Amino acid sequence: MPPMYPDDLRYSREHEWVRVDGSQATIGITSFAADELGDIVFVELPDVGSRVTQFATFGVVESVKAVSDLYAPISGLVSEVNEALRQSPELLNSDPFTAGWIARVTISDAGELDALLDSAAYAELTAG
Amino acid sequence: MAYSPHTDADRERMLSAVGVTSIDDLFADIPASVRATRFEVPPPLTEQEVRAELMRLAGRNALPRISFLGAGAYRHLVPSVVGEVIGRSEFSTSYTPYQPEVSQGTLQSIYEFQSLICELTGMEVASASHYDGATATAEAALMACRLTHRDRIAVSSAVNPQVRRVVETYCSGPGIEVVIVPADLRPGGSGLTGPDAAAQVLDAGFACLVAQQPNFFGGIEPMRELADAAHAVGAQLVAVVEPTSLALLEAPGDYGADIVAAEGQPLGIPLSYGGPYVGLMAARMESVRQMPGRLVGATSDARGRKGYVLTLQAREQHIRREKAASNICTNQALCALAATTYLTAVGPAGLREVADLSMIQARHLAAAIEAAGLGKRRFSAPYFAEVAVQLPDAARRHALLAQQGIVAGLLLEFEYPELGDTVLLAATELTRDEEIDAFVAALGATP
Repeated sequence: MPPMYPDDLRYSREHEWVRVDGSQATIGITSFAADELGDIVFVELPDVGSRVTQFATFGVVESVKAVSDLYAPISGLVSEVNEALRQSPELLNSDPFTAGWIARVTISDAGELDALLDSAAYAELTAG
Repeated sequence: MAYSPHTDADRERMLSAVGVTSIDDLFADIPASVRATRFEVPPPLTEQEVRAELMRLAGRNALPRISFLGAGAYRHLVPSVVGEVIGRSEFSTSYTPYQPEVSQGTLQSIYEFQSLICELTGMEVASASHYDGATATAEAALMACRLTHRDRIAVSSAVNPQVRRVVETYCSGPGIEVVIVPADLRPGGSGLTGPDAAAQVLDAGFACLVAQQPNFFGGIEPMRELADAAHAVGAQLVAVVEPTSLALLEAPGDYGADIVAAEGQPLGIPLSYGGPYVGLMAARMESVRQMPGRLVGATSDARGRKGYVLTLQAREQHIRREKAASNICTNQALCALAATTYLTAVGPAGLREVADLSMIQARHLAAAIEAAGLGKRRFSAPYFAEVAVQLPDAARRHALLAQQGIVAGLLLEFEYPELGDTVLLAATELTRDEEIDAFVAALGATP
């Protein structure tokens, strides 16, 4: 049985998720990405007030195995970052879809959401 | 291990695999005008002939009888134990460890080096060493740009001009703008970098202020105030220091330096026409992921035994590729070991003695020149072991003294046109009173 992903999120092919709440979007990485990376030891967060662009890098995640860029699933202005990750990057492994959120952005173009996958399509992507 | 040369058949297969017909095709991108057409290699020589040729070449080295040349490289006593330790076969490679964890002794020696540099600088983390002080300084400037997400740096004109040129070269690629903060070089001026001058240049677009302590003229800079000026606009202070002086001067970590870079040559490495030297770099722990170069960490293995590892390698090129903290992910292991051995051999009290004696001899030198009425100090600020002295007709007399085997320091006008008739004289604990007397006598006899 393929893994299940939360239905209320949209997903990028780079394994980031986005949760939309009005003009705000919360961004994180998926459980699939976290499992592939292994134990995450460091997250380089974007600066609050900086601008992120859909599918462009906005941070870095480092695990005991590898270092990977974080790609923004949607464009916008960073309004908040998850400060807890500075001390507890392992939240990305233990709770990637809630406590392990990375940043919140003010969405600049909601139309960009159309370029993202729903949970079923993402499950299919990761199953392949 | 047997050496297996490629056969013609091997070469044919490789050439056809990449779709070319001859080795020369691989160099087609290099314009023919700059390609070597033939190599003139002399015929083979016997060991005795090679030795004789090398001796002949070595005989052309002009070794001065007396020298007061410093300007970034200093003649200090190197205790014999330094050569003994770095000559041991377990250590005698100048290169960074690959497959590092099997070389626990090498890693431990680097860990000791890092610990000593942290103690000397008052900083929280030191890297496993860089090529030299100039590249360490340039790397420090780039590191500040990464930390602040800014792309302009301010550099005091009282930073060693050769170091500044390396910084400019490093900054030219990524398009980082280098702005000079003018030091007070007016006649009778302090010779220092004024915090006000720094504040005039700095704004919120600057990643760092690079200042040198003691500065290029030996002057003691107001580092605390310079740190404040940098921090006021959210910039870092990159302190370029001389390690011996740290035995006497305030530690960079105490006056607010964010990154420290230094030429480590004074720590047990002989002068040898420019190298090999060793770069020191230290920083705050919060900045460690943007720090370039190798880092050795101490840990314990599964059975609880102490061990050493190369740590935080995700910053490095072999993992991070083009996004690495530096494209230099190596270290100067043998020279770092020399510095480690030197510091361990002389200890804190010995290093302080070296610094004290160097300072005393520099004062003796300046006083002897002034007392003989031959010249006077160019700047008013307190100085460490190097002093700028105004000498009438300096260039001509410098050349005449050189013919007598006396190097009267560095003529500053080549780097600083406004400092004509001024020489930069350095003293160390090896500067003997007789050398000072002989120099002053020769200077007086060379009008």
